[in-house]
Parts: sequence; structure tokens; C-alpha cells
Amino acid sequence: MRNTQLTYKKRTHGIIPYLFVSPFIISFLVFFLYPTISTIVMSFQRILGPGDVSFIGLRNYQNLLNPLFFTALKNTTIYTFWTILVLVPLPIILAVILNDKTTIGKNVFRSIFFMPALTSVIVAGIFFRYAFGEQETTFINAILGNLGVKPIVWLQQKSTGMFALVVLCTWRWLGVNIIYFLSGLQNIPAELYESADIDGANAINKFINITLPGLRPVIIYVITISVYGGYAMFAESYTYWGTSNPGGIGLTLVQYIYQTGFNQNDMGFASAIGITLLLIVMIVNVIQLSFFGYFRKEED
Amino acid sequence: MQNTKKTINAKNIIVLVLLILASAIILAPFLFMLISSFKPGRELMRYGINLNIDLNIMSFDNYGLLVTDRDGAYMHWYKNSLIITTMHTVLALFLTSMVGYGLAVYNFKGRNLIFLTVLAVMMVPIEILILPLYRLTVFMNIINTYWGVVLPFVVSPFAVFFFRQYAVGLPKEFIDAGRIDGCGEFGIYFRIMMPLMTPAFGAMAILQAMTSWNSFVWPLIVLRTTENFTLTIGLSSLITPYGNNYDLLIAGSVMSVIPLIVLFLLNQKAFISGLTIGGVKG
Repeated sequence: MRNTQLTYKKRTHGIIPYLFVSPFIISFLVFFLYPTISTIVMSFQRILGPGDVSFIGLRNYQNLLNPLFFTALKNTTIYTFWTILVLVPLPIILAVILNDKTTIGKNVFRSIFFMPALTSVIVAGIFFRYAFGEQETTFINAILGNLGVKPIVWLQQKSTGMFALVVLCTWRWLGVNIIYFLSGLQNIPAELYESADIDGANAINKFINITLPGLRPVIIYVITISVYGGYAMFAESYTYWGTSNPGGIGLTLVQYIYQTGFNQNDMGFASAIGITLLLIVMIVNVIQLSFFGYFRKEED
Repeated sequence: MQNTKKTINAKNIIVLVLLILASAIILAPFLFMLISSFKPGRELMRYGINLNIDLNIMSFDNYGLLVTDRDGAYMHWYKNSLIITTMHTVLALFLTSMVGYGLAVYNFKGRNLIFLTVLAVMMVPIEILILPLYRLTVFMNIINTYWGVVLPFVVSPFAVFFFRQYAVGLPKEFIDAGRIDGCGEFGIYFRIMMPLMTPAFGAMAILQAMTSWNSFVWPLIVLRTTENFTLTIGLSSLITPYGNNYDLLIAGSVMSVIPLIVLFLLNQKAFISGLTIGGVKG
């Protein structure tokens, strides 16, 4: 036994480990590093055609100071903010309920809550586009009608359009986040709850002092991917408004990249938006992670 | 004693009622879509989406149109989605499991750097790279092809991470035994270790298939002609302000969701473990 372990440690496998990981290295170099560098370079260029490229310094970044960019930045930030505000507390509560031994039919409900995640943004978006339609007989307006409220033209106003976007996102992601939080709950040692019971703690005390701290890593993870997903949002808005976005309703940063790059063919400016978006996502996540003490935890 | 038991029961009933209400809200869109898929498109245009059932106007016509309308474009999209999803899933599993295994089992120079790179790439929204990736696929001559859709994202860093986490927990004795028997390193992987990773393959297969089937942003950019569209791109091309395609839109949406629902109902555990194994560790 000792002998085999010795040979195991001594043996170097030469090129073999690199062959195993080569798919990632190749894919990273070709489809990630090269495009990233090329985006950075293009963001300092004016590109009029294949042979007509000139460096223009920071001009593309200066051009970001325009109302359309700020509309896109504002929309994307508000969207990210609301999705986090809804898609953290709500799934935590549902996960706690579904994790409770006394809850009836836990597995059935867990499956039901997950089902929307199976739909594509397009299919879900098609439904909500018509559910939030302007007809008074359509789903949401019909409900309002029963409550005596006049029909609303949901997708033609900024605030109600944003509401429709957040509803779509909540419907699709609720079940996924529930599963994340359920797996987090299962990692909290049961003894903690037992000793709290002995100390006579009530349900709310236990939730605040045991459950929430125990879920901290999962909360951090969910917020991180929500920042990433929220700032990269595009398809949801695309199903509601296409690429036209009248009056900037639902215009997102990625959509702005798409419009600038593909519709107006201004690759340089579109790249500057992309790099700015990347920096924003990184900065927001660093702020968020330090707020939740993630880095502090890494140190000790 | 009796009293506490009673309150627990009452609490259970309240929770159950609330969960049933929540489930009704969650499932409602599926029911709305199903009912609307049997109505003529002009009904949707005029009245929006609702649960009104009027058997006089409802029929299977829309489903027939999926096959016949526009020379069967919808069937092309379905076929394209099936092919792309299969290509993506098979290739992704083959490649990312090798990388994950390599990172977990071998000690080699640069391993930590590569692993950190995997984690870093997971944190960058790919949407910012669509412009240079578009130019790259044009340059590589794979624009408007299956390969153009599949290749750039087939080595998913998430899947690499997942397989790496799984392979770390595999018993190393099997590897040593394989070496003593004179197996090569690839032989050990394919004949001994890969079969041990079957549960991981099951979970990742479903998650990768779901991601690929539903992917939108990248196919939208790569696929330029109608007959090459996938389901998501084809359906989104049917959405117009004039509502002239509503017959196809809802029935087509319903048919596009069915494969994943069937897969999910058959194998719920794999969906859920794909999301959680090794995924969330502070």
C-alpha cells in the first residue's frame, strides 16, 4: 500500500493532465480571451468598415454620456434591484415552509414551483406579453376589472412595463432559487434548532438567529448571480418590445449594445458599452460581497 | 398536549391552502397558453389571453398549421432545436467532464490558475462578447450554422466546475488499481472513472439540454435565415405588433415546452441535483 502511494506521488503524468483540460484552455483562448481583448481594443476605435479602422482614444467612452445610455443603465439597475428584492426573501420563506417536516405535499409543491424554469424566456414572455395586454378582457386587466379598476396599458408606460418585467422574471426564477435555498437549509445542523428549542426560542427567533445566518453563503450566491443576470438582461425586454423600445421603455444595456452594434453598425461604441457593463457588474458585485462580509470570511 | 396538537394541525392546513394558492398562480400561465392554443389568432388579438372556453371557435387547426403553414417552417425550427440541443449536450458532457476530471485528479503546474479561470469566466456575462464573437464566427465561416451556435459555449465553465466538484469526491483507489493493471490514463478515465460519474452525467445532461433548448441571445445573432432558426428564435420572429401570426405563436409555444416538461416529470431528481451538487458552497 505504502509502495503504491509512493509511486502515485512520484509519478508525473507529463502532458496527460494538460490533454484532459485542453478543451477548456482552447475554448477559453478562442471564445473568451480573444473576444474580450478584441472588445477592449475596439472600444478605443472608430470602425467604419473592414479596412477603415482608426484609434480615437476615449471618444467612445465620452459618447456614453448621452440620455439613451443613462436610460438603459437606469432601467437595468432598477430591474436588478427589484428582482433581488423579490427573488431573495420570497424563495427563502417558501423554502423554509417546504423544508418543514410537518408541511403536506412538499415534493409536489417543489416540483410545481420549479416548472416555470422549464420554459424559455420567449415562451414565458409571449404569455406575459398578452397577459399584460391592453384589452380589458385579457388576464391581468380582467382581474383588475373584477376589482373595479380600469384597464391599464401595461407595456406602454415605464413603471408598469418594469412591473411586467419583474413579474416575468419572478415567475421563471422563483422555483430555481427555492431549490438553492432548500439545499442551503439542509446544510444547517439540526442540533442548532434543538438547542434553541431547549432555550425556549420561538419560530421567529430561530429564523433570525439560526436560519438566516446559516443561509448566508446561499444568499450571497443568489445575489451574485442575480446581479450578473439582471445586468445582462435582454431577452425578456426583447419579447415585450422587440428592439424598438418606444421612449426607452425597457431598454437594457445589452439591448443598447445590440442596437448600436448590429442595427447601427457602430462596433466601437457598442464595445465601449460592453466594457462599461462588465465593469459595472464587477463593481456592484464587489460592493455587494463586501457588504455581506464575504471577503472578511475569506481572511479568517 | 391536545391543544398544541390542534394548533399544529390548523397551521398545517393554512400552509397547505397558501401553497395551493401559490401553485395555482404558478401553473396558471400553462393553462392559459393551452386554452388559447385552441383558439383562432384573431381571438387573441381582440380579447387578449384568458380562460374563456367557447367550443364553437376552439379547434386543433392551429396545431395543423404548425405542420403546413409557411412550408412547414415550424417543423424546421423544431428539427434544428433537436439537432443543436443534441450536439450541444453530447459535446458539452464529453468535453467538460474530461476537464473537470483532469482538474480534480491530477496535480500539475497551472492547475490552480486554470481552476480560478473557470470560476472567473462563470462570473462574466457572455452578452458583452456577442459582437466580437459574431465577427469570429463570420471569420471561421460557421455563421448561420449549427456549429456556430454550439461551439462558442459548448465548454460551459459551470459544467466544468460541476464535474470537478463531483470528481474530487471519487475514490482514488480505483485509479491506482487501474495503473497497477497497466491501464493508460485515458483508459482509466473512460473505462473506470467515467462510469463512476454516471449520476453527474445524468444531472448535467438534463441541465445542459434545458439551457441549449431554451437559449436565445446567441442563436439570435448566429442564425440569419428562417430555415435555420431554432424554436426560440423562430417563435420570437412570429411576434409582431399586427398579430398576423398568432395562430402559430401560442400552439407553437405549447409544443416547444412539452419535451422539457416530459423530461422533467420523468426525472425530477436529476434536474434538482444538477442545480445543487457542489454548486453552493460559501
